[in-house]
Amino acid sequence: MINWSVILGIAKTHLLTKMKSTVTATLGVTFGIGSYITLVSFMTGLNTVLDNLVLNQTPHIHIYNEIRPSPEQPIALFDDFKNAFNVVHSIKPKLSQKKIHNALPILNYLKEQPNVEGATPQLRAQIFYLSGSMELGGNLIGVDIMEEVRLSNLGDNIVEGNPEALKNNESGIILGAGLAEKMSLSLSERVQITTVTGNIFPLKIVGIYQSGIAEVDNVQSFTNLKTLQRILGEVENYVTDINVKLLDIAQAGSMAERMEKQFDVKAMGINEANAQFESGSNIRNLITYAVSITLLIVAGFGIYNILNMLIYEKMKDIAILKATGFSGTDVQLIFMGQAVIIGVAGGVLGLLTGFVLSKIIDRTPFETEALPTITTYPVDYDPTSYFIGITFALLSTFVAGYLPSNRAKNIDPVLIIRGT
Amino acid sequence: MDYVLETVNINKYFYKPKEFHVLKNISFGVQKGEFASIMGKSGSGKSTLLYILSTMDTDYKGQLYLNNDLITGKSQRELAHIRNKNIGFVFQFHYLLSEFSVLENVMLPAKKLGEKSPGAIERNARQKLDMLHIGHLAQQRASRISGGEKQRVAIARALINDPTILMGDEPTGNLDSQNAENVFNIFKTLREEQGLSLLVVTHDEDFAKRTDRIVQLANGEIITQ
Repeated sequence: MINWSVILGIAKTHLLTKMKSTVTATLGVTFGIGSYITLVSFMTGLNTVLDNLVLNQTPHIHIYNEIRPSPEQPIALFDDFKNAFNVVHSIKPKLSQKKIHNALPILNYLKEQPNVEGATPQLRAQIFYLSGSMELGGNLIGVDIMEEVRLSNLGDNIVEGNPEALKNNESGIILGAGLAEKMSLSLSERVQITTVTGNIFPLKIVGIYQSGIAEVDNVQSFTNLKTLQRILGEVENYVTDINVKLLDIAQAGSMAERMEKQFDVKAMGINEANAQFESGSNIRNLITYAVSITLLIVAGFGIYNILNMLIYEKMKDIAILKATGFSGTDVQLIFMGQAVIIGVAGGVLGLLTGFVLSKIIDRTPFETEALPTITTYPVDYDPTSYFIGITFALLSTFVAGYLPSNRAKNIDPVLIIRGT
Repeated sequence: MDYVLETVNINKYFYKPKEFHVLKNISFGVQKGEFASIMGKSGSGKSTLLYILSTMDTDYKGQLYLNNDLITGKSQRELAHIRNKNIGFVFQFHYLLSEFSVLENVMLPAKKLGEKSPGAIERNARQKLDMLHIGHLAQQRASRISGGEKQRVAIARALINDPTILMGDEPTGNLDSQNAENVFNIFKTLREEQGLSLLVVTHDEDFAKRTDRIVQLANGEIITQ
């Protein structure tokens, strides 16, 4: 038997005649929600960029042959010393080949796994870059360039030239930006490299690569897998590393363990490689939410205050409404209605404000050596944050409205009418 | 006898600041179409009695009947509905909702009752205002009109749901003699033309003498009725 149009009509009249308080309360919510949206969008955007910086730099699983001593030394196999306490001095690493044994079958096997997005072969070689009489030490990595571009952020880091050019050029090289600068080389020029064995090869620069990490850019370059195999005089199955990208990164650890057992290679999962990474991004998220919730709680207190004052001013009106037949619940609903109207209006305005501010931040120039792919501040437009924002706006205004309106509900009209 | 409002042995105590017996065994009734007044000195308990009769105060012992239905012990929600439908109330300080127009003030209880269409409610409200000669004020803000006009608006509001009984708590107490006379005449007319029952608390002796019956209260007891 609640007559909503009458109740909301009274709520509306109260709000319109107290325009100043209404606007103040609404702006409180708008400010809270707006800053929440802005902050979350900005922080999430930044987190995503930073996460990707780490994630794309490191393959989910890195398979290679590690140089290490044999866990079981020959003396342990000798029956005569079985019950003795053996001490071996100056153990040397086991002599083994750098290449992954049976690399191509492993690659094919990996590509067929359901949770694998892709697997790429790599050949890493120590070489020297020749610049006049100078020799600069460095790495050359032979890659399947188009697969790398698909699976990692290599394509984003090519600041000059493009990956297709490398694919189409049998003797092309994508040179590290630091190297290019040191040797005063630019696109389409030639660089000579020499292998450890002394063979000299001229390569044409088809791209410049900048990861943002100086240590890498000063030594590392990319060429086609086949080109490098030819330079080193190796056969087509000579591959030293396999990088695997998974569909679900969480499986990296268990998958790596399985690979190790199955293929007798060293396989490193991303979590092992970047253990501190996840805790960092968790803490950043925690801080974002702590700040946002504080803002929203402050907005909630604003509404609480204003409604409290409004109810204090409207004591006589409340007594009249009750005397003329409005029940306590009706009176409560009138004030709850006001709180919810403020919440909805402030919340929607807040979402809009947050969106506009995010857009502005999104367009603010932000250029840094460390992140070559980024030209403006990163912003994330996740609808979930907008949903959380409006939900919290409604929730906080509801709670903030409930307490004062409950007081209004329980006001005894006799006390007020008698009190004059 | 055919009472519209009847009390049986009503007792009320105040507990703060100390225990005090305000109303002692009040038993009386208002007949249909009767214009009764309650008189008494300050502190005699006449206002307290009126608040009990109006169903707003439920903290008492005894029984209250309205149209021969027992009101005592009903829930707050039911009491609100009874006030809305059956009781019109006029206060000394003509409490109107100051943000609303005169017309809206009058219409509000009817909208709450929700038995008629909005159009019918508005026609009814205008008719009540016209009857009290304040039809021209309908669109004015309630805070912009004079004291005598406010009291007439309050009467119109009390009448909007065609109540069984109209109660007044010193309805003329805050008005000059001319406006007080006006209000009295309105009450009189309502009784004569519409057969409305009225119960008015007053300490204006002239006013009380012209009513059908005076209930005298002293120290929480009925002396004469």
